[in-house]
Amino acid sequence: MSKVGKIARRTFLIGAAAVAGGVAFGVYKVRTPFNNPLENDLADGSATFNPWVIIDSEKVTLIGPHGDKGQGIAHAQAALIAEELDIEFGQFETSFGKPDKAYWNRAMADDGVPFMFTDKSFSAESMRTVMGGLLKLLGMQGTGGSSSIPDSFVKLREAGAMARETLKLAASNVSGVPVRDLKTANGAVLLPDGTEIAYTALAGEAAKLDPVREIKLREPSEWRLIGKPMQRLDIVSKSTGTMDYGIDIDIEGAVHAAVVCNPRQGGALNSYDADTASKMRGVQKIVDVTGGVAVVADNTWRAIQAAQAIDFDWGPAPYPAEQDDHWAEVAASFVEDRLDKEWRNEGDVDQALAGGKAVDVEYRVPYVAHAPLEPLNATVLVEDNKVTVWTGHQVPRMLQQQVAAVTGHAPEQVDFYNQFMGGSFGHRLEFEHVKLAAEVANQMRGTPVKLTYSREEDFAHDFPRHIGMARGSGAVQDGKVVAVDLAVAMPSVINSQMGRAGLSVPGPDTQISAGAWNNPYSIPNNRMRAYRVPELAPTSSWRSVGASAGGFFFDSLLDELIYEAGADPLAERIRLMQHDVSRKVLEAVGEMSNWGSTLPANTGRGVAFVESFGVPTAEVIEVSNTDNGIRINKVWVAADVGTVVDPVNFENLVQGGVIFGLGHAMNSEITYSDGMAEQANYWDAEGMRMSQCPEIFVKGLENNPSVRGIGEPPVPPAAPALANAIFAATGQRIRELPLYNHIDFV
Amino acid sequence: MQLIVDGKRHEVDVEDDMPLLWVLRDELNIKAVKYGCGVAACGACTVHIDGVAVRSCQTSVSDVDGEVTTINGLGTPEAMHAVQEAWVEHQVAQCGYCQSGQIMQAASLLSDKPSPSDEDIDDAMSGNLCRCGTYPRIRAAVKTAAVKLQEG
Repeated sequence: MSKVGKIARRTFLIGAAAVAGGVAFGVYKVRTPFNNPLENDLADGSATFNPWVIIDSEKVTLIGPHGDKGQGIAHAQAALIAEELDIEFGQFETSFGKPDKAYWNRAMADDGVPFMFTDKSFSAESMRTVMGGLLKLLGMQGTGGSSSIPDSFVKLREAGAMARETLKLAASNVSGVPVRDLKTANGAVLLPDGTEIAYTALAGEAAKLDPVREIKLREPSEWRLIGKPMQRLDIVSKSTGTMDYGIDIDIEGAVHAAVVCNPRQGGALNSYDADTASKMRGVQKIVDVTGGVAVVADNTWRAIQAAQAIDFDWGPAPYPAEQDDHWAEVAASFVEDRLDKEWRNEGDVDQALAGGKAVDVEYRVPYVAHAPLEPLNATVLVEDNKVTVWTGHQVPRMLQQQVAAVTGHAPEQVDFYNQFMGGSFGHRLEFEHVKLAAEVANQMRGTPVKLTYSREEDFAHDFPRHIGMARGSGAVQDGKVVAVDLAVAMPSVINSQMGRAGLSVPGPDTQISAGAWNNPYSIPNNRMRAYRVPELAPTSSWRSVGASAGGFFFDSLLDELIYEAGADPLAERIRLMQHDVSRKVLEAVGEMSNWGSTLPANTGRGVAFVESFGVPTAEVIEVSNTDNGIRINKVWVAADVGTVVDPVNFENLVQGGVIFGLGHAMNSEITYSDGMAEQANYWDAEGMRMSQCPEIFVKGLENNPSVRGIGEPPVPPAAPALANAIFAATGQRIRELPLYNHIDFV
Repeated sequence: MQLIVDGKRHEVDVEDDMPLLWVLRDELNIKAVKYGCGVAACGACTVHIDGVAVRSCQTSVSDVDGEVTTINGLGTPEAMHAVQEAWVEHQVAQCGYCQSGQIMQAASLLSDKPSPSDEDIDDAMSGNLCRCGTYPRIRAAVKTAAVKLQEG
């Protein structure tokens, strides 16, 4: 690719993204930097046009390489291709494909950030740093950071358009009708005389052609699918029990494995006695694995029972044994030599505070578990020249490397079949469970081994969301907030996570105080400092990562300052918000909730705003203070993703994100005692139950100049909006999660 | 021992205390019934015994005293039960892992109370955890299913 081509390409991306919804796409040349992996095993008579579309005489298959953990991306990827390919649901099959660098997630690189390189605005800089961190985190092919839609939105429509134009050329060759007279619809090319030639019938001819690269994407006004309610491709199977997840994989001859590893994570196994376990029914083998023991049996339950019957002598944890000592380490980290970065220092904060601090407070967020409902599992078959892995995972190419390192194969000898995931929330970015399955399978070459974590093992060996503290102060004057000064101290989740993958990440961690440092408010005196706490318990990315903590810190502090100023919580946020897209989100949530209306007695409302993953999101929560505790009545959410691809799924994901955020804010934490997590199952970290679930009203705005993903952004505002609402209803300001340590919920 | 599951009789040779969940999943290969917690905290394993919702992870196989119905026996993609139709109509699922249990719980509720109040729905469904947070859609789908069932 010439330099000129690269520049033209970049210009195109910026130009396209600068217009909401991606209008005004010109004809241009599609650049494919990597070989098409679908060409590797291409059968005679099959045609592939790019890494996302393959057609043979029988069927059309659309490849959507992003993993589906419930967010619906399997459907969305297919829909984006189908939009341009002119094919209907039911006329194609889908696949996650095989791991390949062609499936590089371009939204995770700076080149995919829809800002000109000269743009040093807040939004541009925050996006670049978030993306840069995630790129390091996830490797090239990855699903996470709410990046799947940003990665796919243009790329997959291009893929569909390339395939369509190539099929038209094939039809022209077969029929003699010029391409300009051909149309496409319903998976077929239409000739002027009304003849339809199915794409499958054109596969053989298309296979002889070089894919057409001169394409023009459709105007938003021409979209058949995008922006309209769609029935998710997985909805029938998920409503009839016919969806198979990783845990349901059933390979001929497979044995069932369970593990127990040192619950003091990373601690040694000194010794064990498996005498009883080895005699239990169905037990076939007991093998050592890193940090623990695996039992192989003929049935999952028997394996789990036997594993739990083993007597262990565990070594100590490589981190403080007691939770109080974790907090002490965090509290001791607000010191110069642990300053990770001073992200913001606008105005003169010291001078603004010299006249007196309106508040001077401390906040805390706990460790929290991911606990997706499908317990972690992996099925692995190791053979001398090949390894096969079946599981649901977010980082396929890194998984290949991690497994290969265990078994002594080359990464390209690891075949990986990604599965639909029963949730993840970040846990399926981790490799430990897959490596353990590979360790067992490597000791039983030729036999497929299916490892299933018990729920207790899943909790004990989660890598929870980091703990964190913040110290905040600020000043108010004439009814306005004039200064905010926030210092956040957390361990680096990126460092912990990447360290386990054998990688080190230089530079400051954007996720320490994400959701705080990147606040888009224009506060005259605004200082945001992040302190890095040395690693304590191992931690991992948890839905919305740093913003799940930083958003709570910053917005809670702002709310306290607004109260001290005597201003209206929403009006003052709007006054301080000069970022246009974000201000409209705040205004929208105010209109939706009829903010300022008279409320019943013992009822209060809180508002919060957090931008994460490029999505400004505002939430208003209404609670009642009942005799039995706080009841959450209603939630209103406005978020701006630029283009809402599917309004039904958008609403579902926003509601779910709010519930996830509220449930954990209410009642979930991981605490350590004797080096072990004290929470072992859902009774101990319950999340929200249906009886506690409020009504949730959702509005998607489309003013954002870039198209963003909605998986994570609804989470961060939920906790501060709830705490702010509780204050409004009760006068009690709670500065620490989970809230149920301080107030009851009904 | 013998079990009748989705109308089919099975002979199984397992320990008395093996939970029904694992007999279904690993002995009879009925994977639609999900393992979530093993302690009746999540409801993912919910099946019916003689039409009543039970947590199969906490039901020893020797205690099964009636016919077991899994979601496979409730309906199929080609011939869905009204509750399943409502789940599709409202596009309830995200990851979908809890939904077999949610649907079985809802079907049991509606056979017991054909016109449940909001409180009835919350009471009956609150033992079924959804980590993705699809509760608003579950509520709506249960109501739609109630209407569908009454209209026959």
